[in-house]
Amino acid sequence: MITIFGIPLQAFLGQLLLGLVNGSFYAILSLGLAVIFGLLNVINFAHGALYMFGAFLAWMGLSYFGLNYWVMLALAPVIVGLFGILIEKFLLKHLYKLDHLYGLLLTFGITLLMEGLFRSFYGVSGQPYSTPEALRGATNLGFMVLPNYRAWVVLASVVVCLVTWFVIERTRLGALLRAGTENPKLVEAFGVNVPLMITLTYAFGVALAGFAGVLAAPILQISPLMGSNLIIVVFAVVVIGGMGSILGAIVTGLGLGVIEGLTKVFWPEASSTVVFIIMAIVLLLRPAGLFGKEK
Amino acid sequence: MKLRTLSASLMLAGFGLVSQSALANISDDVIRIGFITDMASVYSDIDGAGGIEAARMAIADAGGEINGKKIELIFADHQNKADVAAAKAREWFDQQKIDMLMGGTNSGVNLALAGIAAEKKKVFMAVGAAASDLTGSQCSPYTAHWAYDTVALARGTGSAIVKAGGKSWYFLTADYAFGHALERDTANVVKAAGGEIKGQVRAPLNSADFSSFLLQAQSSGAQILGLANAGGDTINSIKAANEFGIGKTMKMAGLLIFINDIHSLGLNVTQGMQFTDGWYWDQNDETRAWSAKFEAKVKRKPSMVQAGDYSAVSYYLQAVKATGSDDADTVMKWLKSTKINDMFAKNGYLREDGRMVHDMFLMEVKKPSESKGPWDYYKQLAVLPGESVYTTLAESTCKLIKK
Repeated sequence: MITIFGIPLQAFLGQLLLGLVNGSFYAILSLGLAVIFGLLNVINFAHGALYMFGAFLAWMGLSYFGLNYWVMLALAPVIVGLFGILIEKFLLKHLYKLDHLYGLLLTFGITLLMEGLFRSFYGVSGQPYSTPEALRGATNLGFMVLPNYRAWVVLASVVVCLVTWFVIERTRLGALLRAGTENPKLVEAFGVNVPLMITLTYAFGVALAGFAGVLAAPILQISPLMGSNLIIVVFAVVVIGGMGSILGAIVTGLGLGVIEGLTKVFWPEASSTVVFIIMAIVLLLRPAGLFGKEK
Repeated sequence: MKLRTLSASLMLAGFGLVSQSALANISDDVIRIGFITDMASVYSDIDGAGGIEAARMAIADAGGEINGKKIELIFADHQNKADVAAAKAREWFDQQKIDMLMGGTNSGVNLALAGIAAEKKKVFMAVGAAASDLTGSQCSPYTAHWAYDTVALARGTGSAIVKAGGKSWYFLTADYAFGHALERDTANVVKAAGGEIKGQVRAPLNSADFSSFLLQAQSSGAQILGLANAGGDTINSIKAANEFGIGKTMKMAGLLIFINDIHSLGLNVTQGMQFTDGWYWDQNDETRAWSAKFEAKVKRKPSMVQAGDYSAVSYYLQAVKATGSDDADTVMKWLKSTKINDMFAKNGYLREDGRMVHDMFLMEVKKPSESKGPWDYYKQLAVLPGESVYTTLAESTCKLIKK
């Protein structure tokens, strides 16, 4: 039997794949953060809470209105996006001229409020959500038995990530967005409604969090704490990838998922810290992150 | 104005002095209980606000005062951090003058609290924590470990499963004091019964995804997967195990299962699981009546820990009432010489090492078809007499036991 670092090749491949699944969540969440930071210069600490909100919307849709997974996969991001518009229009908008810290504090406050509300209604043990009919079962890949749903998670998040990257980096709309953040006055002079663009960007960023929440619903117990457990890691991913770098967020998200997965085999006790060790090393060697540009 | 404030405070001070001398046995004229538990994180459904409510119910049932001295409850969130809890406990002892400290969930936190209470010579009641070290290697004359411990869970569930043929085990363990204690105590039971330990993986507390750890467990080839974790970690590991079909090759043994976990996961996923519990709401009229009162306030059925909170506070208050004192040595002496008989325990007793010995129960999760509705989840398979599931005095490593 072939072994890698003392574990059988098959088990090694299995762990690699599981790492990729978790990495998909990191990628999609850090992508939202990167879009928001890149275009609005806001450190959106509420991202984890909005991810949790997305998951809860999936559960609420099913248990209160009988709306299935697929409907909620489309609907929940829209609702979270609308909620984002409210946050941006009424709260965040007033902070753009101030230091980053104010945006961070505001969004952190929103997180505490949302988590507290959900906790007082639903407790922390969480709500169960079953895998949609079409994605039940598992596929034997030879080296491991992969639940179909996990394969779907990787597929869905990679597609969403690539489309987002394409729109922002390769289309005229994306060019306008990027120009609008570089020099809003000039872009407005061309007749572009920059404030609206910024609002919609924030809405899109948080909609990604809502989407990730629905994706996670069948895998994790839907609990008010699911976001805060994840958000710190996701911030580390964004920092490692380079604040505001779209491609950096995607690649680092997937990569760190894999590294974390392997740590779970070789040194399980350290699996919750490994991301931060990498972050420290990267910050020492490349303070702007792996894909970030020095300013 | 200044003069008036001064004279008012002098008056107050004088009043304090007078009333203190009137009944010197209750310090500071108030019986103050400090309760530290997880209020917001993984273990807050098991104890948390519900546990605080249970303690309040005990105080209300005691009339809210003893010999005219008010009973006060203060509480804090330890965030599952021993240092946070320790700082709070010191502040409470030094500034708030609490007379009794209660430890909710989290063994790491409780071991730290037990040390501080021993140093301050105050009563410490550990209810939510499981580590048997509290009455073993780290026992103290001031600790009362009330509801359950890892040895009882291990002997209850471990021996039942080995007896049923589950000889080879692999552990998925929460990587801190509680998980280690539960793994160690269960491994001892399994080995003593002729079983074999194939290995263990230690996952950080509050991990989001357990699938990687589960696949490692599965590749060990063991028959039994021992879940030496609790609360949210147990829930997420059972959920992932179900998704990855771990149950096809291994049987899962939840070493510490709370009713909140079952409620949250649903019976489809958990049916047939066997585990040990110290108390269940639907055991007799007394438990049902108390649980109904609890549910009216908290909107959930109580867990074993929450019922234990009630029992511990009630007995502490009875001790204060009976002895007319909140002095720790006097109270502990009374508690250690009184039978514990209430809705939580029958013929329980607090031993010299601080262990409250009472009967435990081997439970099985009902099938969905057997359950009459929400919270009707357990079938009682056996009564496990306290004497046989808790560490015996002969085995004890507690330094208070003279051998």
